[in-house]
Amino acid sequence: MQQYILRRLLMMPLLLLGVVTVAFFLSHVTKGDPLSSVVSERQMNNKVVVEAARKRWGLDRSLPDQYRIYLGNLVTGDLGTSFRTKRGVGEDIADRLPATLELVVAAMIVGTGCGIGLGVLAAHKRNEAADHGARFFALIGSSIPVFWSGLILLYLFSVQLGWLPGAGRLDARTAAPPFVTGMFTVDALIAGDLQTFLQALGHLILPAFVLGWAVMGIISRLVRASMLDVLNQDYVLTARAKGAAELRVLLHHALRNALIPTLTIIGYSFAYLITGAVLTEAIFSWPGIGSYAVESARALDYPAIVGVTIIGALAFLLANLVTDVAYALANPKIKLG
Amino acid sequence: MSQQPLLEIAGLKVTFGRGAASADAVAGVDLTVAPGEVLGIVGESGSGKSVTMLAAMGLTPKSARIGGSVRFRGQELVGMPQKGLRAIRGARMAMIFQDPLTSLNPVLTIGAQVAEALRLHNPGLSRKAAMARAVELLALVSIPEPERRVRQYPHEFSGGMRQRAMIAMAVANSPDLLIADEPTTALDVTVQAQIMEVLKELRERLGIGLVLITHDLGVVAGAADRIAVMYGGRVVEQGKVDDVFYRSRHPYTRGLLASIPKLDVRQERLQPIEGAPPSLTSRPSGCPFHPRCPLAEARCSSEEPLLRQVGAVETRCHFAERLDDPEGGIVVPFDKAPARKAVGP
Amino acid sequence: MAASDGILARTWRRPQWLTLPLIVGAAVVAFWVLVALTFHLWAPYDPLDMVARRLQPPSLAHWLGTDALGRDVLTRTLAGARHSLPIALVVVASAVAAGSFLGALSGFFGGLFGAAIMRLVDITLSFPPVLLAMAVAASLGPGLKNAAIAMVIVWWPVYARLMRAQVLEVKEREHVEAAVACGASRTRLLVVHILSLCWTPVMINATMDFGQVVLLAASLSFIGLGATPPTPEWGSMISDGATHFYSWWIAFGPGMAILAVVLGFNFLGDGLRDMLDPRTV
Repeated sequence: MQQYILRRLLMMPLLLLGVVTVAFFLSHVTKGDPLSSVVSERQMNNKVVVEAARKRWGLDRSLPDQYRIYLGNLVTGDLGTSFRTKRGVGEDIADRLPATLELVVAAMIVGTGCGIGLGVLAAHKRNEAADHGARFFALIGSSIPVFWSGLILLYLFSVQLGWLPGAGRLDARTAAPPFVTGMFTVDALIAGDLQTFLQALGHLILPAFVLGWAVMGIISRLVRASMLDVLNQDYVLTARAKGAAELRVLLHHALRNALIPTLTIIGYSFAYLITGAVLTEAIFSWPGIGSYAVESARALDYPAIVGVTIIGALAFLLANLVTDVAYALANPKIKLG
Repeated sequence: MSQQPLLEIAGLKVTFGRGAASADAVAGVDLTVAPGEVLGIVGESGSGKSVTMLAAMGLTPKSARIGGSVRFRGQELVGMPQKGLRAIRGARMAMIFQDPLTSLNPVLTIGAQVAEALRLHNPGLSRKAAMARAVELLALVSIPEPERRVRQYPHEFSGGMRQRAMIAMAVANSPDLLIADEPTTALDVTVQAQIMEVLKELRERLGIGLVLITHDLGVVAGAADRIAVMYGGRVVEQGKVDDVFYRSRHPYTRGLLASIPKLDVRQERLQPIEGAPPSLTSRPSGCPFHPRCPLAEARCSSEEPLLRQVGAVETRCHFAERLDDPEGGIVVPFDKAPARKAVGP
Repeated sequence: MAASDGILARTWRRPQWLTLPLIVGAAVVAFWVLVALTFHLWAPYDPLDMVARRLQPPSLAHWLGTDALGRDVLTRTLAGARHSLPIALVVVASAVAAGSFLGALSGFFGGLFGAAIMRLVDITLSFPPVLLAMAVAASLGPGLKNAAIAMVIVWWPVYARLMRAQVLEVKEREHVEAAVACGASRTRLLVVHILSLCWTPVMINATMDFGQVVLLAASLSFIGLGATPPTPEWGSMISDGATHFYSWWIAFGPGMAILAVVLGFNFLGDGLRDMLDPRTV
């Protein structure tokens, strides 16, 4: 197992190099002239301006040269300069990372929490109405477009019912809490500002649910399957024979075992979350990396979109690695094997 | 047997499925266990022996329907709400299973599992005290280095050690009754004897009543006070251990006895019982053993025999009288049994 | 379910493979395919015509209301099937073709070539799908065709992996060895003896993925990288709905349509798997 993790660790840089190379060539197959994003249309016929821009953005070099420069820059953390914001893509992303992190973590909590709950419920009430209901609810989550469920739920809960605040991270008039982590809920707690915390939490509920709903399906399906498997095991009978109550049998004895295979799906659901975050943020005006990606894509801002893609792939690879390690740690048999 | 019986099962029926597809896994069983007594329940798989005891513990799956009566120290368990049953299970009545590897939870330490048994029934007991008691319990079942062993996981234990741990867990609350379902079947022969030794010792030290479920008459021979032989969801013969071994009046029991390898008797070959036990869904009419029985006659397929006293044992066979006490304690194989007389109508 | 089972069982025994999800899935899919094929023949309005006042809530004349330009939302939702389903079909077919081809080659020949293909698969699968599709589509420029190419690039590795695993497994079976012993050529071996056995799981997966491709296509259009206005495409209709947030009905129809199609194909794929692949049951 250790060897396996070591091999995975060694594979990481290779995969990353592959990712970066793909991303680089992607931004060069573009049919649209990147210059048209930098130089205004009227200036495009002005040779001097065009040449200057070409030189400024390094577009006059040969492709291998550009690739080498690109790699060198990446190593130093330079993801290039956005055509649209005229700032470093790395800076842009760093600014927006906390918002996305907050959303994804919240969605992960909602998604895994409800996913596991639904899975356990479905397995416990196998083939009863509750089972079918839980499975259907979870399936809808993974079939529904987040940019639509977000829209409808926002309309329903914010406009019609007025139970939850609208889009954004805070009400328009509230100032952001002092910067520590950049995650408003956490920062507000650190600052001891309960009101801002509750407000930030209120704003977080809908997007986190919409995004979390998308991964509930995968997680609950797997939890249900492995719970059904585990509930047939002799040690569950042993636990009942000891006089353990049904809830304790389900959660203490069965779920602990059922969660081990489920861990593998968490890396996968993380990919789902990154994917979903892009569109969820767009709907909820959530100023994170996702909405940055959408804005960049709409403006055909290649350095920005490629930068986000690289960061996304990096996060994705890391999540899978962490999942593997967690799997190894959770299973006592593997730990010593 | 003058005292009140510890466990009294009367007319127990366990049915799986509904309508035409339903099947009686247990079709009317009567059994009693006296305090401190060892009852061996013997039968092939599918005879209903395990289901009988699972039903007594209230551990049959939700889909099973249970009829009849199970009284534990005079208290009726059939129909008792789960809450009441849970207070008895693991405290007054405990159970261990065939495969100690799959019966222990792989992600919890042995100590945690033994301590859980204690804490479930003694809410006041602290985690630490429960662990200390778990160490004592492991020592009780002769597990070496119990202080170290409590922190280990089941996969770090050998098969015999796992079964000892299971026993420690089962006797944690000094129950009145321990049900052991094929406790040695999954173990090596040498380890089997050790586990039986542990059970016998516990019974002597703690005065626990023991129900030993097995398919192997050899296992109960040295341990049981009484034996009940089950076939097709019913008890077909029961009596004191020596009476069943030497004065059996049932052809099925005799078949089982003939299939035990013996060290003290030279035998040409073992005599397996021909045919297969009845499946749950297609029970033979009349006596369930008649399709495999060498004594079977027309009556056997139409009329089910009742359990009745014949000689030293209670038996369920129309022709029990034809099976006389075997000479010198040696069971006579069927082919040497008294020739069948044609009985006219 | 229980009651009807009892009555049905007596008169007509339902075949085991005919499960409720399969029936529902097939019905939903059949409905949308029918709409896609015939909608232009019976459409109540033209999906591009401004037929009424703008932003009208649902009424008897316009069941799902009208959008910001006064076009009928129901008409546009149904017409959307004529765009979304063919796109998904083209994408899935191309991804299956490319992925299976490369995967089969990789599995059959192995070696450096096979390994190279699988590394490319690994790299492609290291990207979060929507981000990669966005990056590719943005690089190629907006438009349905480019979005379709982007989606094929995202999706082919799934089938390459599946096909390779299948081929590796089937290759070891006895009848293949028998064919080798009989002197079959390598091409014949691959096509006749191996591929014929690998199709089932690929087709099941393709059915299940179909809905997901519809979803991805709508996502790209929603971002503005797929279909361009005034095409009645579901994703871009929802994007319109987001702009006119208080007129919830604009997005309602296309969202339900996507949900129905994704669920339908999901059920259909599930049912097909239970039917064709008894191993997984």
